[in-house]
Amino acid sequence: MENKEKNIAGAVVLLAAGVFMLYGTRRGEAAVVLAKAVNICLECIGLG
Amino acid sequence: MGKIKQNIKRKIFQIAAFGFSNAHVMNFKGGRIYEGKWKNFCNPGLNCYSCPAASFSCPIGALQAVNGSMEFNFSFYVTGILLAFGVLFGRGICGWFCPFGLFQELLHKIPVLKFKLWKGFLYLKYIILVIFVFILPIAVTNFMGMGKPAFCQFICPAGTLEGGIPLLGTHPELRQTIGSLFSLKMFILIATIICCIFIYRFFCKALCPLGAIYGIMNKVSIYHLEIDKNKCTGCGKCKNTCKMEVNPVEKPDSAECIRCGECVHACQAEALYLGFKLSGKKTAQMQDKGKI
Repeated sequence: MENKEKNIAGAVVLLAAGVFMLYGTRRGEAAVVLAKAVNICLECIGLG
Repeated sequence: MGKIKQNIKRKIFQIAAFGFSNAHVMNFKGGRIYEGKWKNFCNPGLNCYSCPAASFSCPIGALQAVNGSMEFNFSFYVTGILLAFGVLFGRGICGWFCPFGLFQELLHKIPVLKFKLWKGFLYLKYIILVIFVFILPIAVTNFMGMGKPAFCQFICPAGTLEGGIPLLGTHPELRQTIGSLFSLKMFILIATIICCIFIYRFFCKALCPLGAIYGIMNKVSIYHLEIDKNKCTGCGKCKNTCKMEVNPVEKPDSAECIRCGECVHACQAEALYLGFKLSGKKTAQMQDKGKI
């Protein structure tokens, strides 16, 4: 990939990242993450 | 001396990141986990959120949690976080900030014979990413439409080490429910530990889905490696130094490169650059020295 293409691709991905995070937060995904993370994950510790 | 300084600097970053990712060490005593608001955010590296000390959410665990939830089949939020980390640092996250990466490097310091990993195993992490992180949590659901975090459940040794062992040690009621799944996970943890002793960062190379994601982003990351082919003498020292078995001259954007910088310090011709800048742009230092 040429340097210019890399820089453009990086900028596009960074922009997409921002949009994704905003959209995901607005539709309530962060709350799902928090709900999972503040309880002991039985699958993670092998009791699944 | 430069290489020693680079190694020390990186170790300091790794230890600091380990502490930052696992700040709630007092929770080990009571077998609790942190339940605060910072778990809305994802750790950049692999760190189980059921670790009593964990400050943030595991990005892979969070991805599976949302993908397998009743409400959603794809997580824009976590994907956005991973894309942001990836485009900024690429697999530099693995080399500088991942707690489990540090653990593997410390294991590799045990003085025994060392081996290289067969290159075919490098593709396994992509298969794990697609099947266990994306497909299974969405496709295999219960009667309420909820899927399980398949990578966490069946594979992740970080969860067993950081969450399973400490929590089972402090919760006798949980010990009574130990079954074949725990045996499987302990087998995977022990096998991973043994392989990491003999093969540098075995889990990163062969199994880590987070490394797979960041590795793809190496192609466009701002923190990246560049080679000045006019200065390169083709001596091969960079390739021979690289513990991730990358040839920096041929593939500076290799998905296996964790941006540790050892190749940069091995290069006698100063032909390699590792840092933050847009691809192809001259740094002030390079302009002064008339490089590139």
